[in-house]
Amino acid sequence: MTLHRPDAQVHFGVFFQGVNHTTIWSDPASGSQIDFETFRRIIGTAERGLFDAFFLGEGLRLREQEGKILDLDIAGRPDAIAQLSALAGITSNIGLVATQNTTYNEPGDLARRLAGLDILSDGRAGWNAVTTDNAWTGENFRRGGFLDHELRYERADQFIRTARAIWDAWADDAIATSRDSEFWAEKDAVQRVSLSTSQFDVDLDSTLPRSRQGHPVIFQAGDSPTGRDFAAANADVIFSRHGTDFDEALTFANDIRARLRAAGRPEDDIKILPGTQIVLAENAAEVEEKERWVRDGQFTGPTALSLVGLVWGKDLSDRDPDGPLPSEDPVVAPISSTRGAFRDGKDPVEIAKEWRALAEAKNLSLREVAIETTVRSGFAGTPGQVADELTKWVREGATDGFNISPYIVPGGLDEIVDWLVPELQERGAYRTEYTETTLRGHLGLREPLTRRKTGETDSSAAG
Amino acid sequence: MSIFALGIELDGEGGHPAAWRHAHHAPSESLTGRVLQHKVAAAENAGFTFATFDDSIVPATSDITARVDAINRASFVAATTSTIGLVPVVGTTYAEPFHISSQIATLDYSSRGRGGWIPTRVHDPAVARAWGRPLISEPADLDREQRDSITVARDLWDSWEDDAVVRDYASGRFLDRDKLHYVDFQGESFSVKGPAIVPRPPQGQLVVFGTEADRDQVDVVLAQNADTTRQGLTFLELDVTLDTPSASASERLESLNSYTRAPSSSRREYTGSAAGLVDLLAETAETFDGVRLFPTVIDADIRELARYVLPPLLKSGVAHRPVPGSTFRSNLGLTRPANRYERV
Ligand SMILES: Cc1cc2nc3c(=O)[nH]c(=O)nc-3n(C[C@H](O)[C@H](O)[C@H](O)COP(=O)(O)O)c2cc1C
Repeated sequence: MTLHRPDAQVHFGVFFQGVNHTTIWSDPASGSQIDFETFRRIIGTAERGLFDAFFLGEGLRLREQEGKILDLDIAGRPDAIAQLSALAGITSNIGLVATQNTTYNEPGDLARRLAGLDILSDGRAGWNAVTTDNAWTGENFRRGGFLDHELRYERADQFIRTARAIWDAWADDAIATSRDSEFWAEKDAVQRVSLSTSQFDVDLDSTLPRSRQGHPVIFQAGDSPTGRDFAAANADVIFSRHGTDFDEALTFANDIRARLRAAGRPEDDIKILPGTQIVLAENAAEVEEKERWVRDGQFTGPTALSLVGLVWGKDLSDRDPDGPLPSEDPVVAPISSTRGAFRDGKDPVEIAKEWRALAEAKNLSLREVAIETTVRSGFAGTPGQVADELTKWVREGATDGFNISPYIVPGGLDEIVDWLVPELQERGAYRTEYTETTLRGHLGLREPLTRRKTGETDSSAAG
Repeated sequence: MSIFALGIELDGEGGHPAAWRHAHHAPSESLTGRVLQHKVAAAENAGFTFATFDDSIVPATSDITARVDAINRASFVAATTSTIGLVPVVGTTYAEPFHISSQIATLDYSSRGRGGWIPTRVHDPAVARAWGRPLISEPADLDREQRDSITVARDLWDSWEDDAVVRDYASGRFLDRDKLHYVDFQGESFSVKGPAIVPRPPQGQLVVFGTEADRDQVDVVLAQNADTTRQGLTFLELDVTLDTPSASASERLESLNSYTRAPSSSRREYTGSAAGLVDLLAETAETFDGVRLFPTVIDADIRELARYVLPPLLKSGVAHRPVPGSTFRSNLGLTRPANRYERV
């Protein structure tokens, strides 16, 4: 079911991916993925383009394939909160969203670091709460090991409730306004946080007053039914993966709206911002040429062989990427998640069968299959065409905006801001200036309901 | 060693628990980014080589019970400063060494090689409860966590060789995986596989500070008094209250103590004129490699330090301004260390 939102505006975030295979590093215009200047330039462009947010992903172990570090993709990234704090110091409006997982952090510590970013940026912080879907990351942490999918979400749910309790501990006006006041902070304006749940046992005096936006905006990224329910219960924004096909995006949005109603929340209480890519050029012929160039850059022969190798569970690097798919069947590993965050743990034999059928039907080489099944091309066209398309998505309720991954850094966002944003503005579908200063304000979210405001003082909220 | 480095602790409003009463802004501004930037800029302009940021996950024993964590604060000012070293305190007793290593390496990138670290043992049981972790209280266990955390952080900083990113168009390889290393640390209470997610930081190894007990693992030992062995860099810590145009140092202390009495400090204290402090520091430079000053009220004391204390020290060559464009390590006279995993 489509909605009719004739005045709706498109929200943009920029997703600086860090580790990934879709940022083209082989082009001469491609710069460092780690030097601070790259981040400074991209966030500067995004802020000039009046974006809502700058996003950083997270991965806490380098990706491997067959026991070897994957050497084809961009790798190496900063710690998200530390990096966003540095970026907060040189920006003034744009939101700063840190992806941080709930499995290898503790709420007393992470809630504090996120709120610190929120206070220093004066209300521009967001937290993309992820659960991490691979086994091997645990080997870098004290708790070690693996946590089951369901337990990950149980932990995530309790984690967020605990974080909220910590963020809610201070009354809005707890700090003195005058140097002659009796105390710097009113003692009874700060509640002690004592929570005991199946995953956590936390007892602390919060060191964190509220920020201008109350507390960080909560994003969620995870697509399973459990993940979606988790979002409906906890999130302000969903960072979805349904950002390339309109019908699929609309189905997803309707599903989320239903889950929100079931959770007792208004159905517009969550903003949906899918990740996407945008390719712009002046005319149809150039668009086609540029799209091909992007795909070729993203799927070099070695990259295609590596991706197919992930499914087949073996090293295919000596095969011909322009030849057919391997004739033998994939090796089925005992736990598919040890192969990395890939293919959602689907049975590789099934995937191989599907891919062979696809290759036969369309007469595709191995590399072409990899492109066809992996690339989510997003939007391609002239700036005017893409502006029309994005406006339609938002006004018909498939999304509230997009989280754009530039396919080249640091310059990849320039075209979006210089060409696409003005087209959207002409259509009345994009802001012409920042009208708010907080991330919550940019996104048009309501104020967070705190325990104080709901009258709920029972700290067993996290149970 | 000809370098005498000047450092300053910039947590909160100053070392005195009632410092906020003499701050140059309203209490509700104490935690803002603007006020923080202002303080760090004042220290940088004065010529300090480094600023440190104390921290704890639980409220300080000060009137100011709120605080943004130290890594966030150091990072926030990284890109708006250009010469001053930025040194957060991060406890090692409960935190994840993998996270600490990444966070501080990131600070080194955003500050272009001006990051440091003061790892600390955390004795307070309230911290264990805040973390939700079993209490670690035996001195031997605290030492172990400290030692293992420093080891892991340092190993992770080296886990990418400097030229691990190859961008080899011909083979399609972004990385040379032979230049990435699993640290494979196996300790008593945790293990870490590695490699880091952050490539080797600009300084190679950040400047790590510690106490006498950490000497074999750190670059700089912070000493509270003169009876310490003198190998490697050793900095003296000093509480400082200066005379100002409107009140003498002792009047200022008296006024602050009338609100909240300062607990007795284990550090050496200096209370008096700027000229007296210049003499004391010149004398200190004969036996120490640097100082870390703890101003009683940052806003008030830093003004006196900038006007009357640092200029004569810089002019006489006792101390030096950090050199623009160089790293914190090199401003301390330290070299960029070779990578421990590099094959010879
Ligand atoms: C668009 C999108 C972006 C994501 N980004 C990250 C990320 O940066 N780091 C991470 O650890 N997980 C990331 N995830 C993974 C999810 O948080 C989640 O752990 C995973 O999808 C498994 O949960 P699910 O089964 O509910 O999908 C992302 C997921 C989606 C859909």
